[in-house]
Amino acid sequence: MNRLDIPAVRSTESVLSTNKLIKNTYTLLSGTLIWSALMAVVSMAIAPPPMFSLIASFGALGLLWFVLPRTANSAKGLWVVFAVTGLLGFGLGPTLNFYAAMSNGGQIIATAFGGTGIIFLGLSGYALTTKRDFSFLGGFIFAGMLVVMLASLAGLFLNMPALHLAISAAVIMLMAGYILFETSQLVNDQGQTNYLLVTVGLYLAILNIFTALLQLLGAMSGDD
Amino acid sequence: MDWVKILSAVLIIGWIIFMWPRAKHWLQNSPKAQAGDWQAALLPIGAVILFVIVLIMLVR
Repeated sequence: MNRLDIPAVRSTESVLSTNKLIKNTYTLLSGTLIWSALMAVVSMAIAPPPMFSLIASFGALGLLWFVLPRTANSAKGLWVVFAVTGLLGFGLGPTLNFYAAMSNGGQIIATAFGGTGIIFLGLSGYALTTKRDFSFLGGFIFAGMLVVMLASLAGLFLNMPALHLAISAAVIMLMAGYILFETSQLVNDQGQTNYLLVTVGLYLAILNIFTALLQLLGAMSGDD
Repeated sequence: MDWVKILSAVLIIGWIIFMWPRAKHWLQNSPKAQAGDWQAALLPIGAVILFVIVLIMLVR
């Protein structure tokens, strides 16, 4: 793939369709984030057992894997996106309750929440205004994600707190890169043109930044 | 063996398999960076790292 193949002058039609894609993506992303936050609050109130996070993640993965690709081009896809984000939001409940039980838990959760918002808005704003092509980051980001997942797999069976912190730090950097990558694809009319799939990708990046920040702030807060 | 760990491992493997086709595509088809590209990407990522350090200092 040669980036010089991208036409320098884009037709009005192409610019309009890109703007529509950006508008649809950010509108849906806002909706899914609010919905997900609501589900997280409900889950915190109900306080399901920690195992429920896993069940919710399995459900979300199943929908992303088997249902969303078949429904992404129809109205049903919208419901699937809300089901995925609702499940993942609900699955956050036990984690949030764990941090809320810490002496400065409220501060940690609020800082992670606000920090995630600032990181996402800052990176999106940067990619949208510079309109730079970050597609060269693709291979690096996906290779990094695979390494992080393999490290997480090892971390499950090795009792190494430092490894968990290193993974959280790596996740934040990789997801920051992913937001730049995905947003630049959106702006430069490359790659994915289905706003449901773009929204899910950005949602997962935001969720990963939030949970990684929670873990980092929780570990570094000095509260045992 | 803890069932939660086993299920978590299955979930991580599931995510790896789910991500693999897209990862393979980008590993094979990523365009080469032009002059200044890495600088433009590392600048905001560096800013994110500094911001996270500030957040950590806020909650300590």
